[in-house]
Parts: sequence; structure tokens; C-alpha cells
Amino acid sequence: MSEELVATLLKYAVMFGVFINVAPIMNWVERRACAYIQDRPGPNRVGPLGLFQPLADAAKFMLKEAVTPAAADKLLYLLAPVLALLPAFTTFVIVPFGPDLTVGGRTIPLVVAPVDTGVLLFLALSSLAVYSLVLAGYASNNKFSLLGGIRASAQLISYELALTLSVLAVLLPVNSFRLSDIVAYQQAHVWNFIPQILGFFVFLVASFAETNRLPFDLPEAESELIAGFHTEYSAMRFAAFFQAEYTNMAALAALGVTLFFGGWSLPGVHLTGWLGAIVGLVTLIAKIGICMAVFVWVRWTFPRFRYDQLMRLGWKVLLPLSILNLILVAAMTLAGWL
Amino acid sequence: METFIFLIFAALAVASSLVVVMHRSPVYATMSLVVTLFSVAVLFVLLGAPFLGALQILIYAGAIVVLFLFVIMLLNLQKASAEADRRRGQLWVALPGALIFVGMVGLVFLRAWRAGAPPLQPLTADLVSLKGLAAALFSDYLLPFEIVGLLLLVAVIGATVAARRAPDAVAGSGPLPREDFVGAGDEPRKEARS
Repeated sequence: MSEELVATLLKYAVMFGVFINVAPIMNWVERRACAYIQDRPGPNRVGPLGLFQPLADAAKFMLKEAVTPAAADKLLYLLAPVLALLPAFTTFVIVPFGPDLTVGGRTIPLVVAPVDTGVLLFLALSSLAVYSLVLAGYASNNKFSLLGGIRASAQLISYELALTLSVLAVLLPVNSFRLSDIVAYQQAHVWNFIPQILGFFVFLVASFAETNRLPFDLPEAESELIAGFHTEYSAMRFAAFFQAEYTNMAALAALGVTLFFGGWSLPGVHLTGWLGAIVGLVTLIAKIGICMAVFVWVRWTFPRFRYDQLMRLGWKVLLPLSILNLILVAAMTLAGWL
Repeated sequence: METFIFLIFAALAVASSLVVVMHRSPVYATMSLVVTLFSVAVLFVLLGAPFLGALQILIYAGAIVVLFLFVIMLLNLQKASAEADRRRGQLWVALPGALIFVGMVGLVFLRAWRAGAPPLQPLTADLVSLKGLAAALFSDYLLPFEIVGLLLLVAVIGATVAARRAPDAVAGSGPLPREDFVGAGDEPRKEARS
């Protein structure tokens, strides 16, 4: 029991180390990539290529004054940033990051929580992320924040449906909720995005909406709502939202690559032991990195949707497409093609 | 260890459900409901039904209560209105509900104590697993399952009818005006909120 506990804690430490560094790294990547796309230099003064800019930003966040609005609902106002971090740092526990490792006669699956309800647990925990946005919007007692909170709740509910249905279709041929089974299935067959390209498309669009990224960043929409739900937050409280946003993106990217792009595996590579574990982890990080680059690229390329367009896209296009995809995959599974 | 976790979350479930019915602010009551649902989900997991626990969070805490919160924020409920509703008729709704609950629990104990009755069987891990649940739902309980589905369909149609405005009001169909979606924030909230 205690050995298992130590192994679990070590595995969590590894994944935590990966995911906590996403925000500072992405801070730099986002600003440099944005500058490149807009044909300007971007932050290039702190350290070589501006690489130490995240450190300077972190120092600034810690030294700034944290202002609480006088009319805010104090308890909920302070609770919201904490709630934002909770799903961000729990969802990745079900993502496998390597083949089974044998240490001293024990087989250790390289996933923090090898539970049967894997994908469901991910969806359940990530569905709680909306509360931080809604509560931040409500507790700030600011009409722009409230609008952001209301938009967030409607948007996340609408797109969660399409996201869940596209994930469900992946589970059908595998017959399991475990992500490690899904990776094993893709090692034996092809990566899922080839037979399920429609489902992948729905997942991709819905994940932009779920993480509040442009073109669907309506809850914060700076040109109309200032900064939406986090208008009234400053210093480390704002940093918590910032951290949560990027960690959520990385966690959703990890789920996406595991469902559609083989997770930690590479076609034709079958390493075991410590080498396999390290290669698996590096592969997973590389795949997440590519997804994050796509997130940045899309953000600085597309204009923002209008709110009614967002709702129409979610309910009238993505949801029917995801149901169609589910029926197609079910039929293909029944016919034995998958 | 399991007893310890059970005690924490059972106490949390009871305490937070008390807050749900006692607290004056609808937002606090709704957030306490989330805590209640989460604690009950943990109890499900402890009972060996992780699937039910995950579904409880995914559907109730993650979707339905978000809609509650959405409606509360959209209607911009003030404390006063919540207080006024508290007095009127709430007892007459709560009383039959409490009676039904006591009756159901009583029935279980009555059956357990009556001599000669078949002893109550605990749910097996097989039955509460995903495959066991699916098999039971789509074979033994197919008719109730379909009826529940029909009930939801009726609710959806009812909501659509209720939300539809008079025909002349929607004559100029096309993209809805933006006010439909953002109207809630147009009235400033009263500043007096302790």
C-alpha cells in the first residue's frame, strides 16, 4: 500500500512538473508568436530572445497589490481563483504517459490514476471548471464581469455536449473508458483521427470553446467586456486564472492527442523499461506542444465570433455533426471495420 | 482510511445540504448544492460504484446546477424576493416530500425486519459497473427507461413552447438581436449587498 502511494505521488510529481510549467512557457510562446504574426519583435529585452520574460512577469504578479472591490462578495471572490486551479491540476491524472514500467518485480502503469472510469473522470472534473468563471463574474459585482460569467456558463454547457459525444465515439470500438486501452488500441490499429476525422474536427472546435480561446473567447472578450469575468482580479489572483487557462489547455490537448493521435506512443516504436518511459513522456510532451502551437496560431489568425453565431454553431452545427459521427462510428464498429 | 474519508464526506454532505435549504442567498445555496452533490459522488465511489460517482458529478454538478446558477444570475434574484418566497406555501410542499421520504425509508426497514420476507440483497459490484448497469437498463428496465426519455422530450417541447414569443413578435426572423443574449446585465445590480 505505502509503496503504491509513493509510486502514485512520484507519478503525480512528474505530471505536475510538466503541467505547472505550461503557463510560463506559453506566456513567452504566445507573446513571441503573436508578435511574429503581427510582424513586430515582441518581448525581447529580458534575457536571450526575451526568454526570462515569464520570470519578470511572475515577480511582477507577486509584488503587485491585490485589490478587492469594495462591493464584492468577499468569500466567493476569493474562492473563484482557487476553484479555477482545482480542475486544472486534477484532470491530467488519468492521462497515461508511457508503457507499463517494472521496478523491483512490480508492474507500475505509467498513469497517475489507473481507474476504470478514466475518460468520464476527466470530463466530470473538467466540467467543474465553469464554476470559477461564473463565480468570479458574479462575486466581482461588476456588470462586465457578470456578463462574462453568464456567457461562460452558457458557452461551456453548449460545447461540452458536442465534446462529450465526440469523445464517446472514440470509446465505441475500444470498448473501454481507460485511456491506456485507447492507446493500446491505436498501437494495434491506426491513429484514431484517420477513421474518425469528423469526430476529431468536432473535438478540436469544441475544445477551443471549452478553454475560452479565440475565436470563442466570449467570456473575456476584451473589446466589449474589458476582460469579462476576471476584470476585477489583479496580482496573484489574476495569475491563478492565467495559470488555470493554460493548464486546462494543456490537459485538454493531452486528452486530445491520447484519443486521436496515439498518446505517448509512436508508430513502429516499441520500447520498454525506463527508456520506453522516458521516450513516452517526451513524445507526449512533444504532441501537447504541437497542440499548444495550434492554439496560439488559431488565436492570432481568426477574429472573434459574435455571441449568437457562437450559440448557433454549437447547437445547430457541432451537435448534429457529433451525433452523426457517433452513428457512423457505431455502424462501422458493428460492421467490424474498426 | 476509508472510514475516515467516509466520515469527512458524509459530514460535508449533511452540512452543505443544510446550507442549501437554510441560506438566504440563492447563489450560496446553489454552490452548497454542488458541494453536496460532490460529497455524495465520493460516497458512491467509496461504495464501489465509481461510474455512478463520475456521472453524478458530470451531469448534476457539471451541467444541471450550472443551469440553475445561469438562471439565478440571469433573473438577478435579490435577497428580498428569496425571503418573501420562503414564507409562502413552502411548508405545504416540503411536508408531503418529507412524508414520502420517511415512508420509503420506513418501507425498507419494515421489509428487513418482517420475518419470512426475502432478505435484502446488497447491490453487487457487477450490477453497478458500467456493463451491468447498461444491461439492466436496456433489458429488465427498458420500459421505465423509455418512459423517462419521453418525459424529458415532453419537458423539452414544453420549454420550447413556453420560450416562443407571439407569432407577430418574431415576424422579422433572422439573426436575433444581441439584447436577447446580453440583456441581463443592462440593469445595474443594487449596490446594497452586505
